[in-house]
Amino acid sequence: MTTLQARHPKAKRGGFVRWFTQVGWKHLVGLVVIVFATFPLVYILSTSLTKMGNIENFTLFRQFYLGNYKDLLTSTDYPFVKWMKNTLILAGSTAVISVFISALAAFAFSRLRFKGRRPGLLALILIQMFPSILGLTAVFGILSKLTDYVPAIGLGTKAGLILVYLGGSLGGGTYLMYGFFNTIPKELDEAAKIDGATHTQIYFQIILRLVAPVLAVMALLSFIGTFGDYVLASIVFNTNDQYTVAVGLQSLLADPWTKQWAMFAAGAVMSSLPIVIIFVSLQKYITNGLTGGAVKG
Amino acid sequence: MRTRNKNFELYSGGTPSLRGTLAKIFILGIVDAGVGFVLMILFGKQKYGFAIFFGIVALVINWIYLRRGGLPAKYLAPGVLLLLAFQVYVVVYSGYISFTNYGSFHNGSYTETLDAIQQAAVEPIEGAAEYEIKVTKSKDGSIQFVAFDVNTKKVYMGGENYAKHPWHEVTAAEGLVVNADGYPEAITGQTFLNDNQVNDLASTITKIKIPLGPNLSTDGFIATADAFFAQQNRFSYIYDEKTRVMTRLSDDKKFIADDKVGFFKNVDDGELLSEVGWQVRIGWKNYAKIFGDKELRGPLSGIILWTILFAFGSVLSTFILGLALALVFNDQRIKGLRVYRAIFILPYAFPAFLSAYVWKGMLNTQNGFINNTILSFMGDNKIQWFEQQGAARAAVLLVNLWLGFPYMFLICTGALQAIPNDLTEAASIDGASAWKIIRLIKLPLLLISLAPLLIASFAYNFNNFGAIYLLTGGGPFLDQTLKVSVGATDILITFVYRIAFSGSIGADYGLASAFSVLIFMLIGSISFFSFKRTRGLEELA
Repeated sequence: MTTLQARHPKAKRGGFVRWFTQVGWKHLVGLVVIVFATFPLVYILSTSLTKMGNIENFTLFRQFYLGNYKDLLTSTDYPFVKWMKNTLILAGSTAVISVFISALAAFAFSRLRFKGRRPGLLALILIQMFPSILGLTAVFGILSKLTDYVPAIGLGTKAGLILVYLGGSLGGGTYLMYGFFNTIPKELDEAAKIDGATHTQIYFQIILRLVAPVLAVMALLSFIGTFGDYVLASIVFNTNDQYTVAVGLQSLLADPWTKQWAMFAAGAVMSSLPIVIIFVSLQKYITNGLTGGAVKG
Repeated sequence: MRTRNKNFELYSGGTPSLRGTLAKIFILGIVDAGVGFVLMILFGKQKYGFAIFFGIVALVINWIYLRRGGLPAKYLAPGVLLLLAFQVYVVVYSGYISFTNYGSFHNGSYTETLDAIQQAAVEPIEGAAEYEIKVTKSKDGSIQFVAFDVNTKKVYMGGENYAKHPWHEVTAAEGLVVNADGYPEAITGQTFLNDNQVNDLASTITKIKIPLGPNLSTDGFIATADAFFAQQNRFSYIYDEKTRVMTRLSDDKKFIADDKVGFFKNVDDGELLSEVGWQVRIGWKNYAKIFGDKELRGPLSGIILWTILFAFGSVLSTFILGLALALVFNDQRIKGLRVYRAIFILPYAFPAFLSAYVWKGMLNTQNGFINNTILSFMGDNKIQWFEQQGAARAAVLLVNLWLGFPYMFLICTGALQAIPNDLTEAASIDGASAWKIIRLIKLPLLLISLAPLLIASFAYNFNNFGAIYLLTGGGPFLDQTLKVSVGATDILITFVYRIAFSGSIGADYGLASAFSVLIFMLIGSISFFSFKRTRGLEELA
């Protein structure tokens, strides 16, 4: 019993100093980091509640003005609701489809043996390192060709942009998922096989179900990635109504410290809030999603 | 070979369910219907090459899914197709472009350029007549100009379809009705358009050229800029198809099409007919320029150094902070541990492009929160975050630290928790201090499992376009004398982006592509060899 007590310093006499040197100081560190991590977010929330943006925001939360939110939700010059809708469709479909397709490919890499498997995996990683922002001319070329032949997936269409996003997100997604599939014991597959399952049943009913939380995290990460794209969306879409949140909010930034800046802040708060909530609530699974099961969270 | 057979058995066989088969046929059917639709459009537009290409792709897809066996292909096909179309193609295309002079001055093919040069250089024929015109539509729907010569009171007519409606004088025999001043009011078979109709057709009307004789180049043509007045014009240059020579009419100077540079060039003094040229292959010239051109090479070494510093500094600072936090907060005794963790990762959950803008606003020298509130004790000695090199670089690194430390915190926490407890317990029984346990046991184990992620993070930051572009745009631009503008926070990719898309001397996609190929090779080989040295990806290399 005595050894056990030694490991729990709070149980001992003269507790506070010991508690502080062992655990308490960590709360202090935590507070400092919390301030560092959140002050830009607190600041943007506060800005969104001012009438004139930065110049009225040297002291946080001096005003509580909800006009920016109202303006943004009702404005026809800055149709924020439409931007949100566009972004949800784009980022949502990209997330779902890319996770599905990456998972298919990852299954092949993890469970099946075929010629070119290792070079294929290596190629997946290396191709991601191409500075894709400089490939814009090629992407633009493909889309304008498609506009001529299949206008439904050409320039100015969501479907076209989704295809481009998918092409960009598959490599990394497949690689992460591959690592994660590898952590699922093959014995499960074998047991299912003995019970007469086909490969599709093994894939859909065993493996996919087991990794469901990670799939959700990867979809979320893909969603955030697409949500944040400015360059591609701005070359594909030209009219106010077609803008995504990223392109639209950028158009508000003509003047970085007055009224429009306050509206930008309101837009930033409204568009990021759902993402932040989902992200934090999936926290438990996120480490796995990030590392492809290479380290366990 | 034995493993292959074993796997083959494991995932083959079994009776496919009816539902699965139906689903497969249904999806393939949709794909085929889509391809069929596209093929019809392509045949309609007589693009047989593309049609055949699409057809073959569709056949391959069907073959993959309808045959027995070939399981890997069934799982890989959708991903591989998209990857080929939008990633591999982009890389290959950039590789090709890097050997051309493609850019805003070399935008199109030879014939397109020829056309553009000729159409752009039009001059009125000296002493020739000027007309007031009215636009009409003839019965076949083609547009006609009815022109009135105020001096001679004669009326002329001709149309866009000049083979059928050549330029000629209109007489009463064609049903010409004129008003008291001699202006034409009606002609048999012609519908005079009102102003609104003309406006709608403006872009077509201003492009119409009605030849005055059998040779468009020499005889001149009728054209209008505003649909009210028209002139007898001629091209400033005459093109001879056989010799590929352009002759400038004003001084009879000859310019020969030079396929080495993609310009019309005078042989004697090297004068260019136009700064617009066509796209040609120029071999290794773009690469030679990167390594040889003084104006590029000068700033380039500085940019590369800063790029590496930025990437390395970002990885190091985020990793140190993330690791320290993970070590401190990997402790179940802390009350509210989950709340702490949730708050620490907020910067990662907040969309990065928004963060960049928020920081940009906060760092604003005059009106920003940081100078006016947090650093208000510095009074009027405000830090010029975006105006000075040192401050701007510090700002970029600070923002990237804020953006990146939660990721490192998450993966370090994950890796720490994966280290078996017995290991650290054994060490502490042997009398190792907490610091020694961290330094000698935890850190080495951590580095092994995290090395691949750190390398990936370095590669990511090496090309972290968004972090620089959204925050500083590469600026401040302190040296205004440079031909190619170089900013103090420019990393390689933002610098090349400016060359490619917004250069003051015009976009140069060829040069930018050469850069992107080099960057790709550089970062690819760094990553490849680092991966090879680490255990995490050992099975790959």
